Amino acid sequence: MELRSKVPSGPIDQKWTKHKFDMKLVNPANKRKYHVIVVGSGLAGASASATLAELGYHVSCFTYHDSPRRAHSIAAQGGINAAKNYQGDGDSIFRLFYDTVKGGDFRAREANVYRLAEVSNEIIDQCVAQGIPFAREYGGLLANRSFGGAQVSRTFYARGQTGQQLLLGAYQALMKEVHRGQVKLYNQCEMLDVVLVDGQARGIVTRHLVTGKIEVHLADAVALGTGGYSNAFYLSTNAMYCNVTAAWRAYRRGAGFANPCYTQIHPTCIPVAGDYQSKLTLMSESLRNDGRIWVSQQVDDDRAPGDIPEDQRDYYLERMYPAFGNLVPRDLASRRAKDMCDQGKGVGDTKLGVYLDFEDAIQRLGAEVIEARYGNLFEMYERITGEDPYKVPMRIYPAPHYTMGGLWVDYNLMTTVPGLYAIGEANFSDHGANRLGASALMQGVADGYFVLPYTIADYLAQAKLDPVAADHVEVRGALEEVQSRNDRLLALDGDRTINSFHKELGRIVWDYCGMGRSAAGLKEALQRIPVLREEFWENAKVVGDGESINQTLERAGRVADFLELAEVMCLDALVREESCGGHFREEHQTPEGEARRDDENFTHVTVWEYAGADTAPREHREPLEFEYVPPTQRSYK
Amino acid sequence: MKLKLHVWRQAGPSAKGRFVTYETDASEHMSFLEMLDVVNEDLESRGEEPIAFDSDCREGICGTCGMVINGRPHGPWKRTTVCQLHMREYRDGDQIWIEPWRADGFPLQKDLFVDRSAFDRIVAAGGYISVRTGSVPEANAILVEQNNAEKSMDAASCIGCGACVAACPNASAMLFTSAKAAHLNLLPQGQPERNGRVLNMILTMEAEQFGSCTNHGACENACPKEIKIDVIAMLNRDYMKALLKAS
Repeated sequence: MELRSKVPSGPIDQKWTKHKFDMKLVNPANKRKYHVIVVGSGLAGASASATLAELGYHVSCFTYHDSPRRAHSIAAQGGINAAKNYQGDGDSIFRLFYDTVKGGDFRAREANVYRLAEVSNEIIDQCVAQGIPFAREYGGLLANRSFGGAQVSRTFYARGQTGQQLLLGAYQALMKEVHRGQVKLYNQCEMLDVVLVDGQARGIVTRHLVTGKIEVHLADAVALGTGGYSNAFYLSTNAMYCNVTAAWRAYRRGAGFANPCYTQIHPTCIPVAGDYQSKLTLMSESLRNDGRIWVSQQVDDDRAPGDIPEDQRDYYLERMYPAFGNLVPRDLASRRAKDMCDQGKGVGDTKLGVYLDFEDAIQRLGAEVIEARYGNLFEMYERITGEDPYKVPMRIYPAPHYTMGGLWVDYNLMTTVPGLYAIGEANFSDHGANRLGASALMQGVADGYFVLPYTIADYLAQAKLDPVAADHVEVRGALEEVQSRNDRLLALDGDRTINSFHKELGRIVWDYCGMGRSAAGLKEALQRIPVLREEFWENAKVVGDGESINQTLERAGRVADFLELAEVMCLDALVREESCGGHFREEHQTPEGEARRDDENFTHVTVWEYAGADTAPREHREPLEFEYVPPTQRSYK
Repeated sequence: MKLKLHVWRQAGPSAKGRFVTYETDASEHMSFLEMLDVVNEDLESRGEEPIAFDSDCREGICGTCGMVINGRPHGPWKRTTVCQLHMREYRDGDQIWIEPWRADGFPLQKDLFVDRSAFDRIVAAGGYISVRTGSVPEANAILVEQNNAEKSMDAASCIGCGACVAACPNASAMLFTSAKAAHLNLLPQGQPERNGRVLNMILTMEAEQFGSCTNHGACENACPKEIKIDVIAMLNRDYMKALLKAS
């Protein structure tokens, strides 16, 4: 596997401009001769579909939802970053770039991050023109807030529903192109494989979730905007349907999978309540702007929070990180919460939680101001827990939330398979080992609106793309493989439900490849996962048939892929003998318990190449160079 | 708590449906859908087909879930989708009737699943602002009065779940259609296409088998995002203006 990043030469602030000029173009009259498949209709998928269609390409967009508007981008709450410097507080493209590289703990590709910062301003222009109702100041100008540990106010927001509004903007742009006939939309249609012909991605195999029909769709290129794999943990803030299948099938067809161990555990989620728990709920990080995080100084303190006097509380983030306080990056906030619970200072029935307290903010600003800022979040919290956060501090605990790892892509967002692209959370490219708040939306729309639609032309203009017959041997082969796997899943008639396997897998991944990882633990996980996988294929049970809606069958296929991915996640975590960002190896920490990076040996991307069902994947490395932001120990003290 | 559930089961669009009764033991901390997950897990482990129902984010924002509980879309809580409804609402011995959205515009697919793609087609008819990617002015060149931005956001918070249709005695999609139109019509960016937008969206809504609005207000009551029927009045005004312009 050859990893050519294709980063253009020249100064960093001119790379993207130069690259856009150097790339081959497809003549406007010829664009209609090309057909692009986009899988996924979230921010990245919908924005890419709409933009490609506007440019004149024929696009087919696939979603397993009943409508493209359901994609999980919709759940992002806090906001989207851009380097507009509307607040005049010293922000710039370079500062956003610098913060993102540093926030990613020096494990992202500089050129990609710079491009992201560069297009961030265009994103805001685009979204406003589409009618996204961003928050405004009295004079009608756009409002900003500071978010996720940034020391400037660069986050644009639409109440606590920024993801929803950006997604609806992209969805509306997509529907506009559907109406024009330029995009063909496939609802309730799940991608189950990529079709490769002569080594190029030329289509996908899908199963229609209502009719059960399995079929092939051919095209000239394929883009996957299929999101992340946090549901490998079973419990995460991802939606119920989020899965790794599209990316994983691409991996099995030869696309390299980069840094699978880089997962983000979000610090402010509602703690687990019971064994029946189906998913976890994120409370926006913006709450940390006004909420203070604390636990009792005493171990096993059973007093109600109101009965613990001020001098017996430990506002541990403010104590340990005076400069950033409660606003330290997500990885630190999560790890410190875990430390407190490990020390026996956790709160709530399960003792797996810490307080997020608004009492001071309510006294300082008044309940009305707090309600205007966080009303919808407080209400959601009360609905789920039955507790009123205006009166009782919230209880929060970290939960898997985002995956920085994903399909390896070059500067053009193409995977190691020619003609196969990965956009948004599905790729690995911009966040390094830790993603900063309000950067996921930014990357999703950057890839979809402003990068892929241009870089794909460079491929289409140069690739040799002969027509592919529907009965081509490789096409038939892919179709038959999907059919036989589907039959095999339907035939599973053991004793255990699919869900029970997913839960057990999630527990292993959370315990050994979660917030703290050790060689011994990871080796244990690497023993147990293949055993569980084997049991799955012998003892799982799938009820129902393949000709109508069968959610058990859908889940079975997704869990089977998680059972493979989880092993590579653990393997990746094991070989990365350092701590960086969301990857914390217990063996590699400073005496104060902070992550210790090893720049000498690990300033690279680890890329895994599939080598067969019963063979360990091959490890490859893309070295990273830092020309503009010299690596330093991240310090938020 | 012990509960008796009467759930609508229907194998497919043309199959005959019926209520099937299940007994379950639920915890008050569960969400309503987690209670159903447990019922399904039990059905599956006995080799029976689980109840098909759609849900995704379980945070009340994606609009995927939706069922009629004891006659009320999304159940008894105000401002709440069914995924956010929690079992502390119920008491030991309660009986709960669970049905799909019922409307001609939402053909049933299986059990509690309905096809809501008609909503997509209403949006495709004009629920957008036509801008080409990149071909746009600087963001702060467009000033939006704060009050209008807020009202637009109120309307834009629609999650497209379809509860308004399910609640309406006419199965009208007016609240949904009006909310989308109001979101865009309240902004300066939405003005150039305003007339065409309302005409085409209403035309499509009618073609999709949704009924007419006769001002019952049941939609507003059922809306988990509390979208007000003011938006319907606004759409009606816009529609009249657009008709006059068109004639």
